[in-house]
Amino acid sequence: MLAYILRRVFQSIIVLLVVGLVAFSMFRFVGDPIEQLLGQERTQADVERLREALGLNDAFVIQYLNFLGRALQGDFGISYRQSRPVADIIAERLPATLELALISGMLAVGLGIALGVFTAIRRDGVAANIIMSTSLIGVSLPTFLIGILLIYLFGVQLRWLPTFGRGDVVDLGWWTTGLLTESGLKSLILPSITLGLYQMTLIMRLVRSEMLEVLRMDYIRFARARGLRARAVNFRHALKNTMVPVITVTGLQLGSIIAFAIITETVFQWPGVGLLFINAVQFVDIPVMAAYLMLISVMFVLINLVVDLLYVWVDPRLRIDGRAA
Amino acid sequence: MTRPVLELRDLTVEIPTRRGTLRPVDRVSWAIAAGEILGVVGESGSGKSMTGNAVIGLLDRPAAITGGEVLLEGERIDRYTLRQMRGIRGKRIGMVFQDPLTSLNPLLTIGDQLVETITEHLDVSDREARARALQGLEEVGIPSAKNRMDAYPHEFSGGMRQRVVIALALCAEPTLLIADEPTTALDVSVQAQITALLKRLCRERGMAAMLITHDMGVIAETADRVAVMYAGRLAEIGPVAQIVGSPRHPYTDGLMASTPAASAGQERLRQIPGAMPRLTSLPDGCAFHPRCPRVADKCRHDPRPEVGTADARAACWFPIEAGEEAA
Amino acid sequence: MSDLPDATRQSTEPMGRLEPAETVRPSRWRSAWDGDLAYSFRRSPVAMIAAFVTVLLVLAAVCAPLIAPHDPFDPRTLNLMNGFSEPMVPNQFTGETFWLGTDDQGRDVFSTILYGLRISLTVGFSAVAFAMTLGVLLGLLAGYLGGWVETIIMRIADVQLTFPSILVALLIFGVARGVIPIEYRDQMAIWVLIIAIGLSDWVQFARVVRGATLVEKNREYVQAARLIGRSGPAIMLQHILPNVLSPVLVIATISLALAIIAEATLSFLGVGAPPTQPSLGTLIRIGQDFLFSGKWWILMFPAATLLALALSVNLLGDWLRDALNPKLQ
Repeated sequence: MLAYILRRVFQSIIVLLVVGLVAFSMFRFVGDPIEQLLGQERTQADVERLREALGLNDAFVIQYLNFLGRALQGDFGISYRQSRPVADIIAERLPATLELALISGMLAVGLGIALGVFTAIRRDGVAANIIMSTSLIGVSLPTFLIGILLIYLFGVQLRWLPTFGRGDVVDLGWWTTGLLTESGLKSLILPSITLGLYQMTLIMRLVRSEMLEVLRMDYIRFARARGLRARAVNFRHALKNTMVPVITVTGLQLGSIIAFAIITETVFQWPGVGLLFINAVQFVDIPVMAAYLMLISVMFVLINLVVDLLYVWVDPRLRIDGRAA
Repeated sequence: MTRPVLELRDLTVEIPTRRGTLRPVDRVSWAIAAGEILGVVGESGSGKSMTGNAVIGLLDRPAAITGGEVLLEGERIDRYTLRQMRGIRGKRIGMVFQDPLTSLNPLLTIGDQLVETITEHLDVSDREARARALQGLEEVGIPSAKNRMDAYPHEFSGGMRQRVVIALALCAEPTLLIADEPTTALDVSVQAQITALLKRLCRERGMAAMLITHDMGVIAETADRVAVMYAGRLAEIGPVAQIVGSPRHPYTDGLMASTPAASAGQERLRQIPGAMPRLTSLPDGCAFHPRCPRVADKCRHDPRPEVGTADARAACWFPIEAGEEAA
Repeated sequence: MSDLPDATRQSTEPMGRLEPAETVRPSRWRSAWDGDLAYSFRRSPVAMIAAFVTVLLVLAAVCAPLIAPHDPFDPRTLNLMNGFSEPMVPNQFTGETFWLGTDDQGRDVFSTILYGLRISLTVGFSAVAFAMTLGVLLGLLAGYLGGWVETIIMRIADVQLTFPSILVALLIFGVARGVIPIEYRDQMAIWVLIIAIGLSDWVQFARVVRGATLVEKNREYVQAARLIGRSGPAIMLQHILPNVLSPVLVIATISLALAIIAEATLSFLGVGAPPTQPSLGTLIRIGQDFLFSGKWWILMFPAATLLALALSVNLLGDWLRDALNPKLQ
């Protein structure tokens, strides 16, 4: 078991190093930092000085290691566009994204599992069929379209909810939250639905299909043959076994919520790191792109790691040798 | 016999498919008395498992009972609602399936699975349920049962797992046990132990048992009476000695001649030419007639032959008489 | 334990039957396609409608130059006075009627949708074709050659799989943007889109194909072929490929829907098809500005088209997956 954990941690580190390499390569080979930072009016001497200062004359590997070292300390360089330290910019905008992701995630997981179980148990019912049909639309509707339509309906036509921005936020020092103000909460509603809908649909369909699969298993048959009640069979036996693969995928999905936030933030002009990234891509602001990439990777790798460990904890069959069944 | 524990009267199961309506079980009738083990034998697809599923009411849709009756201790259960069947399953009919590994929920300890079954059917406290569970495990021969109660299924060997499954099926003390290929997934050495266990439990509890298998060796060892199924129909039924020693139906005869266990003394194993027909293309008349060495015109057209008594009969116009050679 | 599938399946297998006529097995390529698939299609009204819509949209896109009332990108045919015409209502200045209205520049929305469909479908199909080719190839190589080739390919796949494809696509786009000089950006946009989406999607193909290759590699007929002296590539193409066709097809269909949505998303975000060659996503982006000022048609019609397309392809993919799933037969 310990060996498994160590192995996974090791793998995670490798992934991070690779991502770091990609991020660093972007820095080195895309665009010209000198040009970006110094502008048109520059002398050769300026250029040389900057090259030395940025360490551009060192060997590739040295630069890479320096880059990593600085990254670990939280130094991601200066944004080409805003001429401010990237770390500061990200720190400012991260709470917005994280709050949004959290609410969406809870929505997606809660509703997703509930609906998934319902449509699996009541497989031939009318309600289940309606839900499944609408779910297909949920998967086919691009997130941005959902956002736009929601804004149109609730923001423009009905005027119930705000159409952009985060509303009033409360500054807690290192974190700004929109959860404590009315306008903040109202502003969270439409974006969370937008962001969470796709994930919810995915989770629901996954839970349903896994549960249907489980319900065909022999031990379910045997449980029925022993006369156990439907509730016991469905929840104690089927759901428990369904959760095992669901946890893995759900965990990974939650990670991708943070990435999908890019779209939602664009539609709602939500001041988070997603919107930041898109602007960075449009302006080829490499430091911000690289920093975002590294940050997201760390989050993903962490989530993956936690999910894998959770998987082992939930399924007793894996505990003995720690290998996935 | 006195009122039998289980009685089937012309039980018929049909499955509507796009190729037509299939009849995996076609007017099957038999009875099992208390303490008696009826072996149901036949090839894959002969309908034996389907019959077992029909009795306990676990037919997969769209298969359904479309005719006949199933009587459990005189009570008609084939038309029972889901709720009523739930009350019967486990409590009055226990069922054991082929693969013990997949029969047990891998995420629950066997103690948990036992206790939940016991508390479902018997009105006892958790502690008492646990005690009974322990007892049940000991009865089926699990060594150091106390320690194994909190173990997970994958921590047991195949034979032990099947014992656990049997304990689970019997913990609410049913009067009928249906065992569907209980030894097929086990090693040969373990098979004998399990069949001996089943035999003992039936005797001790006076429990009727329907032992479904394709293995004649198991039947010869364990069953009191034997029912032979072919293409969904009952070919022959009778006491085990008679079925094995002097079968009356040509199919049974061919079956015995091709099985090492039942044909001791024979020089060569015989083989029945051809194969059991598909349910979609059953021949007219007797289902076995295309392969039968004794076939006559009557067999090709007249359906439903049956000759004999309720306890020992053969579905054949020209059954083999004692002492006669088959062909 | 013998329940329904067992009973009927057993009885449909030729167990040494007496009829000699059934000794010829249908060729590998046809076995999955005949009878069952067509039958399943006929029985599913949803699949038929989905297929119909998809084909309709594809045809519309292909024939766009022929059926579009106007060429929306030819400045000579544009009349600014036509701008903001409502659907089916004669324009107050010129009296012309447009089925689906016009945008701010007087472009006929119906025509822009047709051309936009073209771009969307081109990118979608090309990206999937690219991903499929790359994925299948790498999968075959990984499975067949094994060793460090397999390790490298699968490790890369694992790393890439950790990230959502949209992120990968965005990244590739961003890098390409930085590398390509400004003058060429618009022209190259479509290519970059195809490559970006394709590169973000190859992994699932590779995984499935590698798995299947590993299974087939050890089968006797492959070893026999090797003994005869058939070359590796020949074996892979002739024997292994047909066996992986089913799952690859299902993945491809679902990937198509995803690719279409991905392209629309990227275009909407402003990093996809440019306004000079707009896809449905770009049209939606442009239309968003006008939505809130009441000119709903500029956004709604392209949006509806996109939804119809994605939905149909998804439905087809769903049906295909159920129809080809051996476990459900």
